[in-house]
Amino acid sequence: MEEYKTITQVAGPLVFVEKTKPVAYGELVQVTLPDGSVRKGQVLDTSKNIVVVQMFEGTRGIDKSCSVRFTGDIVKLNCSKDLLGRILSGSGEPIDGGPAIIPEERIPIVGAAINPYARKYPREFIQTGISAIDGMNTLVRGQKLPIFSGSGLPHNDIALQIARQAKVRGQAEEFAVVFAAMGITYEEAYQFMKEFERTGALERAAVFLNLAKDPAIERLITPRMALTAAEYLAYTYDYHVLVILTDMTNYCEALREISAAREEVPGRRGYPGYMYTDLATIYERAGRIRGRKGTITQFPILTMPADDITHPIPDLTGYITEGQIVLSRELHAKGIYPPINVLPSLSRLMKEGIGAGMTRDDHKQWNDQMYAAYAEGVDLRGLVAIVGEEALSERDRLFLKFADEFERRFVNQGKYEDRDIEVTLDLGWELLSMLPERELTKIEKKYIEKYHPAYKKKVASS
Amino acid sequence: MEVSVGEIFRISGPLVVAEGLKARMYDLCKVGEERLMGEVVGLAGDKVLIQVYEDTSGVKPGEKVVNTGMPLSVDLGPGLIGNIYDGVQRPLPVLKEVSGDFISRGIEAPGIDKKKKWEFQPLIKKGDEVKAGQIIGKVQETEVVEHRILVPPNVKGGRVKEVYSGSFTVDETIAILEDGTELKMAHKWPVRIPRPYLEKLPPIVPLLTGQRILDTFFPIAKGGTAAIPGPFGSGKTVTQHQLAKWSDAKIVVYIGCGERGNEMTEVLEEFPELIDPRTGKPLMLRTVLVANTSNMPVAAREASVYTGITIAEYFRDMGYDVALQADSTSRWAEAMRELSGRLEEMPGEEGYPAYLASRLAEFYERAGRVKTLGGEIGSVSVVGAVSPPGGDFSEPVTQNTLRIVKAFWGLDAKLAGRRHFPAINWLISYSLYTATLGEWYEKNVAPDWNELRTWAMSVLQEEATLQEIVMLVGSDALPESQRVLLLVARIIREFYLSQYAYHEIDSYCDIKKQYDMLKAIRTLNDWFYKALESGKTYDEIEKVEGFDEFMRSKLEPDYKTAMTKAMEKIKASLGV
Repeated sequence: MEEYKTITQVAGPLVFVEKTKPVAYGELVQVTLPDGSVRKGQVLDTSKNIVVVQMFEGTRGIDKSCSVRFTGDIVKLNCSKDLLGRILSGSGEPIDGGPAIIPEERIPIVGAAINPYARKYPREFIQTGISAIDGMNTLVRGQKLPIFSGSGLPHNDIALQIARQAKVRGQAEEFAVVFAAMGITYEEAYQFMKEFERTGALERAAVFLNLAKDPAIERLITPRMALTAAEYLAYTYDYHVLVILTDMTNYCEALREISAAREEVPGRRGYPGYMYTDLATIYERAGRIRGRKGTITQFPILTMPADDITHPIPDLTGYITEGQIVLSRELHAKGIYPPINVLPSLSRLMKEGIGAGMTRDDHKQWNDQMYAAYAEGVDLRGLVAIVGEEALSERDRLFLKFADEFERRFVNQGKYEDRDIEVTLDLGWELLSMLPERELTKIEKKYIEKYHPAYKKKVASS
Repeated sequence: MEVSVGEIFRISGPLVVAEGLKARMYDLCKVGEERLMGEVVGLAGDKVLIQVYEDTSGVKPGEKVVNTGMPLSVDLGPGLIGNIYDGVQRPLPVLKEVSGDFISRGIEAPGIDKKKKWEFQPLIKKGDEVKAGQIIGKVQETEVVEHRILVPPNVKGGRVKEVYSGSFTVDETIAILEDGTELKMAHKWPVRIPRPYLEKLPPIVPLLTGQRILDTFFPIAKGGTAAIPGPFGSGKTVTQHQLAKWSDAKIVVYIGCGERGNEMTEVLEEFPELIDPRTGKPLMLRTVLVANTSNMPVAAREASVYTGITIAEYFRDMGYDVALQADSTSRWAEAMRELSGRLEEMPGEEGYPAYLASRLAEFYERAGRVKTLGGEIGSVSVVGAVSPPGGDFSEPVTQNTLRIVKAFWGLDAKLAGRRHFPAINWLISYSLYTATLGEWYEKNVAPDWNELRTWAMSVLQEEATLQEIVMLVGSDALPESQRVLLLVARIIREFYLSQYAYHEIDSYCDIKKQYDMLKAIRTLNDWFYKALESGKTYDEIEKVEGFDEFMRSKLEPDYKTAMTKAMEKIKASLGV
């Protein structure tokens, strides 16, 4: 391996090297600083004249006298089953004081795309024990369902509750958790770690930590490291893996930083035009594959800048992921946990994961009706603000009450409250029974007769 | 042009710069030791700019580049139907066989099976005169598709010297012309060049989709163009899937351009199971899929829409009606933007290249109902989904698309939020085909079709106006007759416009049923007003018996009986 001392320019996280032998695109680079420390980087642009290297750990301290070594290799993760129970840095080095990971296999972190023909459609209902998710926006194994949050909202609590409670009913095996932190604070990371330790979840978790103090550019490889680990566990060891990526907003900021340093033509709000494609190469690494047992379910978390869902980060994410769970500051202020606003929330894959044999036969129509009734109630709130409640018809007042009860009793639940799907559905029926039966136009008579509390009582008394 | 060889000078993501290479624009090249597929997109001095359809990690300057001298082309012939391709027509099942569950690089795979034998039945005989684009024989490709074998449009034609019948592969000669030209079942066609036709015909036949809001209010003609813009979660893909399932086209080409992998899997798993209401056979037997998902190489995404529409034109040339769905054209535009950025071109609006508008126009212009070179009538209808950032329709892709397409189906996040699907906003959507198709509906559905349609739309418009007043004073303050109008509008919205894509009965609604439903609403409307006149109050009308049965009747297998029964109840209860 040859060393070069031909750095001509350093700009932000980028180092320009001249007069090299042919260097491969994407090659891993090591730069040795005058003090002997070694930093890693990756080739971003290569030609016969000049090579552009993106430094993962920043360029502080790099000068023109540094020596640059091209390793002839691309960035890889040491994969092993022993990743479970370990805490690693954002670039995959152990930081828990334990021994180095002895690789069973070294795998490039830029995963190849799953052939759509090899995929299997996700259909297995994951019960999270959270009514607003299980009932209204059901999660299935192999889905990618982000949480769209805002600063100061309890997204971490929700992610932890999901990691704690998630199960596929009738199956004993637990999920393995791969946790990737990008640019979150020490405090937040500490909360996660403490909770993992307390519940014993750390034993079946692999943790990748890039904290706020760590170089921003490292954030670009952290989620890829984590997903490579997840794929290895899922497809080599048949684990069902739950991947939590937090906070994708920090990832996108890092992407913008590198794009600006390369003087690229910016897209919306300064984010690069290829951000959609780049995010897709992360989010699309969720799913199931025909003939393989393991699955990857993704829970990316992002904070919407200024709670704006049209901001490029949530916007592009929503276009790739299979739905979204949206948190609401208003509900949070009302003291409701989890403050999930079900109206803009969505699970695209729920239709195949619910119904008889999976959740319950009435679930689909129940879901339609709950949505319609809540939406109507929320609309009426706007009207009440103008004309007062007295001006409403009797029917409208019932819908208004429904919306309040829906938030207070159905969405709201304890952080450690694990509701079975039947409990969630029956609770919904209880709320629906507040409305006149003729308003339940989205539910077929047979389900009303089977599950409506009024009929249940009749059956019980006769 | 002879094959030329050069070497790589620079690599920047999907853009490779070669030197010492003789090349024309859009020549197909094999890049590097792994022979990655790429296309020439620019010439600058002695340098050639190549966009590569595969990941370029590990490729080094100095490696070889070979110019094939051919433009990017697709293989056209028996074997297309039921297949699923990547953006450059490599069959995904073949890629899976070669490289496993994940897509690796440098794999060459022909678009159609070259080994499979097909039973060829000639429709010409020795001594006949044939011309370019003419149908010379047929192959029963699937139970529902008779694949018509054409003289390639770029072959001059002439007198037939020999013609064979029997079992052949696509590359074996099936006929010889007197000038020595050998005709085969398959031919290649460059994707960026529209296939020629004799003339375009006016769009006077609707492409029926079985979706009430589309067929009734915003129809698309066979050979027409439509755009579905909408924010995420508003149902673009579900609507596109519904069109692919239920359109009364002979062939469906579905392009998944830069979208989710699971959505393509859904089509792959679902279509072989779903039965076409017109043929009684699985939908997959008439479908071709092009899937270049968001995580697959971006350059191939740019090519995927051309690959798809070339295949669609090929079936059009057989005299078939083809429906093409592109989901999503925004991802295609973004692929253009990404490549344009790499080429360091001067950006236009929001970083998109200045030629965005002309590329979009060129693409949609390839739609149309035409008289083919062979004298058949065929059509390609194009429906493009648009994914505007933040759901803001003022962005360049939506705006440039709307300047071209004739039908606009605007999706609305608010409707989706309350689970009104399809979430097509009836107040902003339009179709310029209603005028030209009116006659067809009158002749083939019912003489009062257009009148009913106009009436229903006017009720919805009136509702929108009244809602503004309701927002200020409450619905109680409205006069009774206007409250009845709001009730009728609600019936139109919840009974007619709202349609469950996943309900086995409601998913598809034929045009006759649409008429029956619309007519029933009109009858109810008349009864309501009559009851009002005879002294009933609004509250009595709203609580009329049989109302909820009526609203559910569309979901019954025998909707007509259920609907009539419910209406009799309503009539009796109203006393009209």
